Amino acid sequence: MADPTERARDEFLSEAQEIVETLSRNLLDLDASVRSGSIDPALVNEAFRAVHTLKGLAGLFGAARLGHLSHRLEDVLDDLRLGRMVLSADVLDALFAAIDVYGRLLSLEREGRDEPSPAAEELLARLERLGADAPNRAAPVTEYELDPGLLAVLTEYEEHRLRANLEQKMRLYRLRVEFDLTTIDKALEDMKTRAKRHGEIITYLPAGEATSADAIELDLLMASRDDLATLIGALGADNVVIEEIPRRRSSMLNEPARPTHGAMALTAAESAMPSVSAGEGPIEQGPSLRSLTQTVRVDIRKLDALMNVVGELAIVRGAIARLADRLRVEGQRQLTAELQRLHRSFDRRLAEMQAGILEVRMVPLGQVFDRLARVVRQIGREMSKEIRLVITGSETEIDKLIVEELSDPLMHMIRNAIDHGIEPSARRAEVGKPPAGTIALNAYQKGNHVMIEVEDDGRGIDEQAVLDKAVRLGKIAPEDATELSREEVLALVFLPGVSTSQTVSDLSGRGVGMDIVKTNIARLGGIIDVQSEPGIGTKMTITLPITLAIVSALMVHIADQVFAIPLSTVSEALSLDTGMSRTLDGREVITLRGQTLQLCRLDRVLSLERKKTPAPRKSYVVVVSLGNRRLGVVVDHLVGQQDIVIKPLGRSLASVRGFAGATELGDQRVGLVLDAASIVDEAFSGSEVARERSTSLG
Amino acid sequence: MRKILVVEDSPSTRAFVRSTLESESGVADVEVSEATSGFDALRLLPRGPYDLVITDINMPDINGLELVQFMRKSELHKQTPILLISTQSSERDRQRGIRLGASGYLAKPFAGKALVEEVHKHLRPVGGEGHG
Repeated sequence: MADPTERARDEFLSEAQEIVETLSRNLLDLDASVRSGSIDPALVNEAFRAVHTLKGLAGLFGAARLGHLSHRLEDVLDDLRLGRMVLSADVLDALFAAIDVYGRLLSLEREGRDEPSPAAEELLARLERLGADAPNRAAPVTEYELDPGLLAVLTEYEEHRLRANLEQKMRLYRLRVEFDLTTIDKALEDMKTRAKRHGEIITYLPAGEATSADAIELDLLMASRDDLATLIGALGADNVVIEEIPRRRSSMLNEPARPTHGAMALTAAESAMPSVSAGEGPIEQGPSLRSLTQTVRVDIRKLDALMNVVGELAIVRGAIARLADRLRVEGQRQLTAELQRLHRSFDRRLAEMQAGILEVRMVPLGQVFDRLARVVRQIGREMSKEIRLVITGSETEIDKLIVEELSDPLMHMIRNAIDHGIEPSARRAEVGKPPAGTIALNAYQKGNHVMIEVEDDGRGIDEQAVLDKAVRLGKIAPEDATELSREEVLALVFLPGVSTSQTVSDLSGRGVGMDIVKTNIARLGGIIDVQSEPGIGTKMTITLPITLAIVSALMVHIADQVFAIPLSTVSEALSLDTGMSRTLDGREVITLRGQTLQLCRLDRVLSLERKKTPAPRKSYVVVVSLGNRRLGVVVDHLVGQQDIVIKPLGRSLASVRGFAGATELGDQRVGLVLDAASIVDEAFSGSEVARERSTSLG
Repeated sequence: MRKILVVEDSPSTRAFVRSTLESESGVADVEVSEATSGFDALRLLPRGPYDLVITDINMPDINGLELVQFMRKSELHKQTPILLISTQSSERDRQRGIRLGASGYLAKPFAGKALVEEVHKHLRPVGGEGHG
């Protein structure tokens, strides 16, 4: 176990990371708010608070670079929220740049490297050039009969919001609300949501002693354009009393207002804070009196360790089952029955435990989508293309480790889509498309898989260009080029070198090929498919397993060796009698319910020797399907289903394609786990097509 | 037993304050309660009185100043020392806090040692006896 200081530091780094992610979402909302023409002040304040907290944290943990940047950003955001600076596109760009710099600084911190960061220096200089440019006008707070007790407790920001609202000729209201202490968080959140449509809540103030042990009155100071009747209609309830705070007749300063009991909180409702408060993070309190902090952060390695234990227990369970079988054979009926009962109960509990751990590992894809939204904005600006990003299914949950690994591949795909797919707006106008290109990011669950689609409405992939390039690179023989189906041609973009710049597009300074994307996705046990219509757009679909931690597998024998095929990829198994298969286009295939199914003989691919037994007369076909592709893996025997924990192969075998790892079989033996994704890929890739053809011809 | 309530919405800062106070060089025989927001503080205050309340000023719901005012009006918490935590830039808010009845302030970022020193300044001696 790490020592407390190290733990505290880890805690600090994860909190900082979360804050930066919140800040990033916040800036995106702010960007949208700026575009819509009315800047939501609550968003600016949220951003300020995020940076403010980062600064405090950096100070506590001696992270000087982080502290320095946060300090300067805090100044800028303070100027913004207090109306001393105008939120221009330049300022917003600088703020977005800060997200990336924060990312870099946090990795440096994590790695314990304390060298200076040029990116941070550059940003600091840039922030330095942004000066306060808007005069802070004093608004006539004294024109209202505001309780001085209230004015005394407003923070500088709240006072600014009050003035800003008064400048806009808003009316002021005091809402006295009695809350049940146990449900105050939820009740207040509801209240805020409803109030938001009518104005801005400026502050919340406890109004004296709690009326009972379980309830408390708050005064909310609210600014609104609506009249009293409208507000009462919208927010009135048994526990809410709304009063308008009148304007004074004379504007005598310092005249003490009538002494009110308690303090008042007046609020101005703005159209702000909706999604932001929802995304506020795991700190939000539950309703219970006792629940101070209901969330804990857990290092995922600890969950992996637990999952490993579950794996070991699953092996124990298997051993118990076999023991029960032996006892039965030996005629020990009483003992067999008892052992079987135990086994069932053990099995149930183990399944619960496994499900529990898996659930903890799950996080919504929204985490990575938010980051991508930032990238879209940035790339769009870089390339002067207007991009509309439509996200659906961000609540879809997937293994935390997968999410972490997804952001790079998805970023490249989106970059490609904007770079190569979306046409310049002039061109789009010519072909009758709306000037803004649309990128849709859709996620949904399908059985044990999560599907993620990246779809654009751009020009589509130029098949001929892809084909030409693949031939030029020697990926396929020219004479084969004409025989490829459209699907096969599109699949060529995933071969090394084919998708990078020139042919497919003229842009792409960063030239990340789709082959890298595909490799990264395959490493997660997933595959990627592409569909494209010329002039209409391109859709890339990623199919991923929900978790990496534990896998139900079909255990099979091939040439005396045990292999595990992840069940999530198995669609069916059937027996294969001699004479069922035939050769089509150089591939061994069978016909399954009227459709051609390509076969893959692993013993040949892997050159397995059949020492003890000759190839059996009758064998089996396990149909493996990933995305739209199916492949029949020929095996000698089907052993049965088993839950396995996949352990990585040793370094010497790590680069061997076709295997996801190894697993213990419970009888001290080890089985290899087939990596269905890479086997299917291999079988369907253009190179394989070409190779198989040449071998079958030769 | 000294009861201290820490009101702060940043989990790391809360954890830092707690571990500092509970450490050997911290406060002897201390019981630290954590409130994650102004509301949370309202929920926890009736379990007082506390020997000291440490509160952030900038919080999303009830701010630290409002908390000070609320406590000063309450019989139970009238006398409780309150230590404000704030950023260096918010001099105005700090001054207001003191005027409202806060006992002292500490500017973020602060070192553990400074925190402990400041806390000892405001904690009343146990049983009114000697130098604690």
